[in-house]
Amino acid sequence: MSPSEVRPNSAPSSSIALSVNGRERALEVDNRASLLDTLRERLDLTGTKKGCDHGQCGACTVLVAGRRVNSCLTLAVAVEGDEIVTVEGLSDGDRLHPVQQAFLERDGFQCGYCTPGQICSTVGLLAEAKKGWPSHATADVSHVCGPEGVTLDENEVRERLSGNLCRCGAYANMVPAVLDAQAAERR
Amino acid sequence: MKPFGYERPVDLAAAVTLLAERPDARVLAGGTNLVDLMRLGVERPGLLIDVNRLGMDGIEPMAGGGIRIGAGVRNSDLAGDIGVRTAFPLLAEAVLAGASGQLRNMASVGGNLLQRTRCLYFADTSKPCNKREPGSGCSALAGSSRELAVLGASESCIATFPGDMAVALSALGARVEFQTERGEHVVDIDDFYRDPGDHPELDTTLPPGAIITAVHVPGLPVSARSTYRKARDRRSFAFGLVTVAAALEVDDGIVQGVRLALGGVAHRPWRARRAEAELVGRPVAVAAIERAIDAELSEARPTPENAFKVPLVRRLVTGTLLRLAAEDGR
Repeated sequence: MSPSEVRPNSAPSSSIALSVNGRERALEVDNRASLLDTLRERLDLTGTKKGCDHGQCGACTVLVAGRRVNSCLTLAVAVEGDEIVTVEGLSDGDRLHPVQQAFLERDGFQCGYCTPGQICSTVGLLAEAKKGWPSHATADVSHVCGPEGVTLDENEVRERLSGNLCRCGAYANMVPAVLDAQAAERR
Repeated sequence: MKPFGYERPVDLAAAVTLLAERPDARVLAGGTNLVDLMRLGVERPGLLIDVNRLGMDGIEPMAGGGIRIGAGVRNSDLAGDIGVRTAFPLLAEAVLAGASGQLRNMASVGGNLLQRTRCLYFADTSKPCNKREPGSGCSALAGSSRELAVLGASESCIATFPGDMAVALSALGARVEFQTERGEHVVDIDDFYRDPGDHPELDTTLPPGAIITAVHVPGLPVSARSTYRKARDRRSFAFGLVTVAAALEVDDGIVQGVRLALGGVAHRPWRARRAEAELVGRPVAVAAIERAIDAELSEARPTPENAFKVPLVRRLVTGTLLRLAAEDGR
């Protein structure tokens, strides 16, 4: 075979290693497979939900390298080697993550379908606030905050969580849950 | 979705070479638009070239107070950067006005420049669309056009560029840096985007085989007093109907310098140069601002469904400039 005929990059699948919730998983994935489908169908991690599959609802939100992303628009093959955390990986054994605890205490859900995405998104947004990142709800983007980062209020939470839809409309209880979680994180 | 190969080149040169060899390839950065379009069958690449690990993710100072933003910088990192937030507030505000927290964490600066229109017919492979399928016709001309263009459109396409960041970059007179097999190139953002004309399939003038490597934002004194405003159907996570990026320098009530660009009104971010020229030397007052924006809108050709955009532009620009002027006086 001449070199021009060697086209390994045209293979429709790839052998990859995914690091999910601290565990290394070796997989052969179709290049088309989203991270969402791979988590659910291949790794039996069905906590992450499929809503719209277009990045519009946020039900599929997971953390990749500590940042919240839509797993439906993420190709599994492209996140090889990145640290992936799903809702199943948040708790410390039987001890819930502070965000999970806050959602439970505030009853921040009804049917629960969007909840894993809401919770992972909240973990991500609290980290963003801690870095001092402003949002569209921030009056002055040039303001520099202290080491604790942005202190959230209702408006900030609603804006920062706008990538997660809840068709039950349980937002009213989610907002205080997120505020509680930030307070708990700072204690 | 059609099967495709996946390649992660070791460096930019390898990526450019591979892209030149494979005209059926697409460049994968954040994937927020591309992967969605592949799922819809609008994009059908035979190969994805992943440029996410090529180290194009820095924001560096340039001579004269400007910055060079790597094409791989995530939207969220750009909007979070304190240097950007203080020197170019309109840029941070524009990025924060777009998408959701999750999408901004994924989306790259280079990919954001290249995002495709959200015209319904472009995304619907069962309908004619000259942008998706040249020569098939434009469904929007006699169809749903509420979100579409009022300026610079053609008989073949009335799609709008949907982004926010590029509108701010247009106001700032940014330049787009890209790499081809022949080397590095830099083009003004005005020349990077284009009107649809008879070739609406081309959103930009980026040549085939090119990979965007960075955006250069020049240092301008006027940028310090700047903002981005977005009118949309809901308060968060929605594309703009009309948006405005504005920077203003006022002395004793008279406009010394102004930068103005509009989003949601054309096939490209619309730098409002006529309005800028009209405004310099004039007082910051409703009448003068309206005269300037009317000059800009004199060639507007709205459809019955999007005629509301013309007065909306006038009000949004007027309100934005008056607010900037009031801040300037503080």
